[in-house]
Amino acid sequence: MSNFALIATLLMLMALAYHLGLTRSRAVASSRDVRLHSRPGYYGTLVALWCGLPALVIFLLWSFLAPQLIDTLVTGQLPPELVSGLGDREMQTLMRRISALADGRGVAGGGSPEELAAASHMARLQTLENIALIAVMAVLAVAGLVLARRRISPTWRARNQVERVITFALAASSAVAILTTVGIVLSMLGEALRFFSFIHPADFFFGTVWNPRFSTAGSSGQGEFGLLPLLWGTLMVSAIALLVAIPVGLMTAIYMSEYASPWLRSIAKPIIEILAGIPTIVYGFFALTVIGPFLSMLGDLVGINIRTTSAMTAGIAMGIMIIPFVSSLSDDIITQVPKSLRDGALGLGATKSETIRQVVLPAALPGIVGAFLLAASRAIGETMIVVLAAGNNPVLHANPFEAVSTITVTIVNQLTGDMDFASPQSLVAFALGLTLFVITLGLNVIALVVVRKYRQQYE
Amino acid sequence: MDTSTHSSASSSANSESTNARERAPSGAMSSVSVGNGENRVSKATDKVKLKAEGVNVFYGDTQAINGIDLDIYENEVLAFIGPSGCGKSTFLRCLNRMNDTIDICRVEGKITLDERDIYAPDRDVVLLRAQVGIVFQKPNPFPKSIYENIAYGPRLHGLAKRKAELDDIVESSLRRAGLWDEVKDRLDKPGTGLSGGQQQRLCIARTVAVSPDVILMDEPCSALDPIATAKVEQLIDELSESYTIVMVTHNMQQAARVADRTAFFHMGDLAEVDTTDNIFTNPQDQRTHDYITGRFG
Repeated sequence: MSNFALIATLLMLMALAYHLGLTRSRAVASSRDVRLHSRPGYYGTLVALWCGLPALVIFLLWSFLAPQLIDTLVTGQLPPELVSGLGDREMQTLMRRISALADGRGVAGGGSPEELAAASHMARLQTLENIALIAVMAVLAVAGLVLARRRISPTWRARNQVERVITFALAASSAVAILTTVGIVLSMLGEALRFFSFIHPADFFFGTVWNPRFSTAGSSGQGEFGLLPLLWGTLMVSAIALLVAIPVGLMTAIYMSEYASPWLRSIAKPIIEILAGIPTIVYGFFALTVIGPFLSMLGDLVGINIRTTSAMTAGIAMGIMIIPFVSSLSDDIITQVPKSLRDGALGLGATKSETIRQVVLPAALPGIVGAFLLAASRAIGETMIVVLAAGNNPVLHANPFEAVSTITVTIVNQLTGDMDFASPQSLVAFALGLTLFVITLGLNVIALVVVRKYRQQYE
Repeated sequence: MDTSTHSSASSSANSESTNARERAPSGAMSSVSVGNGENRVSKATDKVKLKAEGVNVFYGDTQAINGIDLDIYENEVLAFIGPSGCGKSTFLRCLNRMNDTIDICRVEGKITLDERDIYAPDRDVVLLRAQVGIVFQKPNPFPKSIYENIAYGPRLHGLAKRKAELDDIVESSLRRAGLWDEVKDRLDKPGTGLSGGQQQRLCIARTVAVSPDVILMDEPCSALDPIATAKVEQLIDELSESYTIVMVTHNMQQAARVADRTAFFHMGDLAEVDTTDNIFTNPQDQRTHDYITGRFG
């Protein structure tokens, strides 16, 4: 029986259990002429849950553990002459071949007699395991159904128990998101540590040269993995982006929240927010075909040679991209400043722009700074625009009109094409990813703290 | 409320040409002694400071104020009372054009300050508000230091040329608001850190700092405890020496305690305006009578 059919059957059984619970509780209520604690639907739901949940939990645990158990059993049965002298990797290949044979898929070159024997052993174990699983689940489901149905009585607080199950389900969903985050961080951390076993952390974090040699054949060292040129490129491009986005975004926010008529706002705000919905690859394309040539034309006018792809090109495109972040968030925060403060300033004879500059903006400043930081972390993590428009030149220099490379671009470069996850050339991507993660996490945490502090002021 | 404790008006001080006042019977205006046997002397002169003629106010299509005529005299304390939603705050906010900040609000009729139309097209609303200050229902200090809260208005209008002058304005404003002794050691601390009553007096000091002629107060004590209220009321009494004060209040005892004259608003109409004493002891309008005897509102 396939897992899909198994779950489908279980669901049908739960539907049946719901119905049985419903009819049973109605019968109880009418025969004894008493008020049930809960509505019949709750008893039905509870019986269905008792029927389904334990079986489901067993199913999940079983699917997780049984293959490992079978692997162990099969490995133990393997003739010693087949296993002897095999490394980890060869062992994995062997087990993959055996399980392919057991599933009847066949392997390249056909199986050796020992492999075939092991495969049939495995197939037998799998059948046994499957039957056992079905039996256990059936027993649990039916037992749950019967016991729960029998417990139905006017005093059983089905409603409260359903509530508990709902709470648990909600908590479990949140746990999935949290555990995924933790998992991602841990896996990055693990790989990054492997990288640091090749390259000393000091050489990585403080190295000023980025030159990872891809030639694994050459024995001439592993290349140089200095983070600083990439970090510098990232910061330069992000800083240019913020220089573009902060003034434009903030002034947009002020106009939208304080001056624009409701009619204009209802049209202009969605249009600005469309900017945030444009795929970043399109921005990269725009930078490459419009901004870059435009900048180099400007350079020609004043007699400087400006490259089409440069930190400036990528920074401007990225700045345009994050304008809606800055303007939307700042707009919300400016709108939150209480009207009483504006009235206070206006009542003293301040003009509208004086009120905004001297009272509203200072009051909103912490929140606006939070918005800036969120925009900054967005800029630092941005990839496609810089891949296309920054020129991919991981060298330390201070000229914004020169090509640079960023952390994100380098990760792309290191992980595309042929990869060997045992070499520092690929593993460095995890160290870079972790660095990036720490930077953006730090910015987000600061932003959240700042925003929260601001919120407390008016509540 | 118990109106029996109100002694009748005693005559004294400036009583010349009180007859000129609409609805204010002769002699009753000059000095009113109200509540608790406390004698307060009106500083009102007979000069009309603010004059409203046929003022209508609309919120969108709804009319909130119906053709109000009212004279407000220099240095008097005038209280607006009336049930919720009767238009008293709306009318108050017309007097320094704070209603301009509400998009759907429209004002008709004529309001003059010192015989100049405040809604005239060439009238500078910014200067008007410097002349007619306003204190709001909820204390709304700026999220700045106490010093900066007071200094804000004078800086806007260039009232001080040097730091020392500004310091003087800040100190004298805080003194007038009776707050100086409480805050003089922490002028650099945020104004929002003060207690509610202190914040409200800070807002009054802030208004005083730009030396207005008229101070409007929109239920200045409704968010305050009785002790803070008493302080603000005492302050109003002192301020009436140099300012014309128009206040909205929900609290009839408060009107009786601090106001020279009281205006009763009802459903957008100005039902009656008279000396505070007359309003509370001998109302001419049936609606006023019903309201002060607690029949509605």
